[in-house]
Amino acid sequence: MAKIKGATVVDTERCKGCNLCVVACPLDVLELTSKEVNKKGYHFAREVKDDTCIGCAACATVCPDGCISVYKVKE
Amino acid sequence: MKEDIIKPENLVYKKPTLMNDVPMHYCPGCSHGVVHKLIAEVIEEMQMEEKAIGVSPVGCAVFAYKYIDIDWQEAAHGRAPGLATAIKRLWPDRLVFTYQGDGDLACIGTAETIHALNRGENITIIFINNAIYGMTGGQMAPTTLVGMKTATCPYGRDVALHGYPLKMTEIAAQLEGTAYVTRQSVHTVAAIRKAKKAIRKAFENSMAGKGSNLVEIVSTCNSGWKMSPEKSNKWMEENMFKFYELGDLKDK
Repeated sequence: MAKIKGATVVDTERCKGCNLCVVACPLDVLELTSKEVNKKGYHFAREVKDDTCIGCAACATVCPDGCISVYKVKE
Repeated sequence: MKEDIIKPENLVYKKPTLMNDVPMHYCPGCSHGVVHKLIAEVIEEMQMEEKAIGVSPVGCAVFAYKYIDIDWQEAAHGRAPGLATAIKRLWPDRLVFTYQGDGDLACIGTAETIHALNRGENITIIFINNAIYGMTGGQMAPTTLVGMKTATCPYGRDVALHGYPLKMTEIAAQLEGTAYVTRQSVHTVAAIRKAKKAIRKAFENSMAGKGSNLVEIVSTCNSGWKMSPEKSNKWMEENMFKFYELGDLKDK
């Protein structure tokens, strides 16, 4: 079976830390930072699990600010 | 590893190109952002970038013209359907839509909304219903649920004192002039996909001259409701959907 691998790129300066992408991700790949903040003072989303993302784009679909780009490859 | 995947040819989702890079003023987790994205995506897919004209309301979405790179007109409070009527009649080949909140559409603009829909103007009205006046600080709106607490009804909406919430979409479905009336939401990925299809259908109907279209989007206002974005999504599912049932109400 072909393995699907995905990756997300979060525009951390645009992110407002609403946490909706974290909730939407079926594989719990994303998480908000606990200490780091962006220029506006928001905790931003970032990938915390390597090689887990499948590129389903659920996070990017629910993101109200369009901060997330999703990439996907089939191997 | 990750670098191998992040290549332009592997891109599956990004912010619609029609959306400007300027940061949106909406609160974190606000449904407005998602609906803006959907509208931008649909206009791109229909290749109407040069022919779309939006009418922005008074309310949180007053700055919608800053975020989507199409032509916009700002209307006086509640008068967006009237203005859209004029634009569509003068430019019949344009895709004209209004983007209104519940305070704008269901309160001060009730007359304009009902009459524009009833005249069967070939426009689309996107109606964001979050049951509260978000911009002005969370006051009670005509769509506020019975028992729901807001800044101006801190003990909950009382029917004896404040009357019943207004179901504008049900009213619109009874009008002869409407072609497509639907109620959607944007709280999950599945709901967002459905909402996008609904917006697309409404836009296509308006271009085909079938009549007026109303797409209500039941949304959250986490700042006004004083909840986190994820909790407000849950609250909406548990409370709002009971009263504002999702689905197509009319499809001519």
